Amino acid sequence: MRLALREVWTAFRRAPGLGVLSVFTIAFSLFAFGLFGLVAYNTRIALERLEERVEIRAYVTEGTEAEAVAAAVGDIRAFPEVASVTYVSPDDALKKARTEMAEFQDVFEPEFLPASLEVRLRAGMRDPVQVKTVATRLGGYSFVDDVRYGEEWVQKFYTMRRAATVAGIVLGIAFALAAMIIIGSTIRTSVLARSREIGIMRLVGATDGFIRAPFLIDGLLKGFIGGGLAVGLMWMTRTALTVTVFKFEFFPPPVLLAAVLVGAVIGLLGSSLSVGRQLKRV
Amino acid sequence: MSSGQPIVKFTSVTKAWQRGSGGLQKVSFAAQKGEFLFLTGPSGAGKSTILKLCYMDELPTAGDVRVSGLSALGATRTEISKLRRTLGIVFQDFRLLEDRTAWANVAFALEVTGTHGRAIPARVQKVLERVGLGAKMQSLPNELSGGEQQRVAIARALVNDPFVLLADEPTGNLDDRASRAVFQLLRDINASGTAVMMATHDLDLVRSSGLRSIELNKGALVFDSSEAPLPEREH
Ligand SMILES: Nc1ncnc2c1ncn2[C@@H]1O[C@H](COP(=O)(O)OP(=O)(O)OP(=O)(O)O)[C@@H](O)[C@H]1O
Ligand SMILES: [Mg+2]
Repeated sequence: MRLALREVWTAFRRAPGLGVLSVFTIAFSLFAFGLFGLVAYNTRIALERLEERVEIRAYVTEGTEAEAVAAAVGDIRAFPEVASVTYVSPDDALKKARTEMAEFQDVFEPEFLPASLEVRLRAGMRDPVQVKTVATRLGGYSFVDDVRYGEEWVQKFYTMRRAATVAGIVLGIAFALAAMIIIGSTIRTSVLARSREIGIMRLVGATDGFIRAPFLIDGLLKGFIGGGLAVGLMWMTRTALTVTVFKFEFFPPPVLLAAVLVGAVIGLLGSSLSVGRQLKRV
Repeated sequence: MSSGQPIVKFTSVTKAWQRGSGGLQKVSFAAQKGEFLFLTGPSGAGKSTILKLCYMDELPTAGDVRVSGLSALGATRTEISKLRRTLGIVFQDFRLLEDRTAWANVAFALEVTGTHGRAIPARVQKVLERVGLGAKMQSLPNELSGGEQQRVAIARALVNDPFVLLADEPTGNLDDRASRAVFQLLRDINASGTAVMMATHDLDLVRSSGLRSIELNKGALVFDSSEAPLPEREH
């Protein structure tokens, strides 16, 4: 093991440029992946917060019988998606408007604000499709004038999240492949540089596994360092974004650990795919 | 000396190369435990090929090579690696690592075969003293003469206590005096029980030594001195 590490160090000193290049490519592959992941992750957090506030408001036609509304409220409560239904009278609406927009409080007169039903959905049933279904169903009541919900916002967030995920995966895979190719060619170079040593190792009876080990450890280490670097870059980017845009959440530790491990796997894969083929040539 | 199983046994070995001619044709012979055996013949006769078959760097196209009980037929790569730990191999061009001292070159053979680290220094020192390099252990190969470099290579071959030393023209790059000295070292090694198979062009050396020799020509075994003076039990 100590011997293998020494060989790794010697190989690195022989071609430091290539070594650094492979580390950086791994770092960038994970960084690209992570950056879009970060956007997706934050959109999701934002969505969850937003979703908590998703409410459907059905405006009640003026002069509707109170019993008709009460009966409908009972019906609506029984919808599987629905968590709560609140009847907001014109007076309530006015009070709410006055507290929420204190500076305009004199502007509001009761006649301006119609009565409405405020419908909240259960957690996990707040995606655009379900919101729309419920909204349509509410629209079906004869006493309902108009139904409103944050349609566009919800849709936009979902689209953004999906785009970020897809872009992250595509770019991440492209970089990961590049990283593996670069690691592969690094290994070709170091196998050639060490062909004499490898030949002697074979003569004195070193096993294939023993000969391969330093190359695999080399790839694994580069992957680890690349992964760590990617986490660092992501953190820096997050900090910069938080200062200039708005507060970005950072990945939780298990995700960061996974990123480093994925780096290690990329490194190991790149080296193990190449080393067998290269060793046959010397 | 020739009791029991032979350590190397070639049975009707044919070696054909994928490209080009040469190779071996139906070569059969056996080397016994502790024996000293020369391989002679003109350039291209197949001497190196026979040694490569012994350490299973090449495998026979037909026939079988058995070394220390391992048959080349169906030997796995791991078995071949394990076999080589019990062989010593020496070449005309020494094959030392230029960036390491004599000491490190010998230690390398122990390290890569997984010898326990603490056992290494004593064994390296002992074997370098045995080949007469006790005073030059910290020299780099380019600070040593050809003869001395070959001694380092021999030390590396001996450090795993091989039962046979395979030497491909070990004196080919050395002047007369150095050649005699290296040859004497090989005889000493042989006297302490290690078999030696040595390919050489030096026919004077072969004749004056009175040791067994096998002569090859164009890949065929044309003469085996052990069959001329003494009747052989097996073919
Ligand atoms: N890998 C190979 N591929 C094709 N032909 C080979 C290969 N190795 C050896 N040969 C051929 O096999 C023949 C025997 O080669 P070998 O090296 O055994 O000869 P040799 O007796 O050791 O000669 P020398 O005294 O010059 O070292 C030669 O004709 C050589 O060209
Ligand atoms: Mg030869």
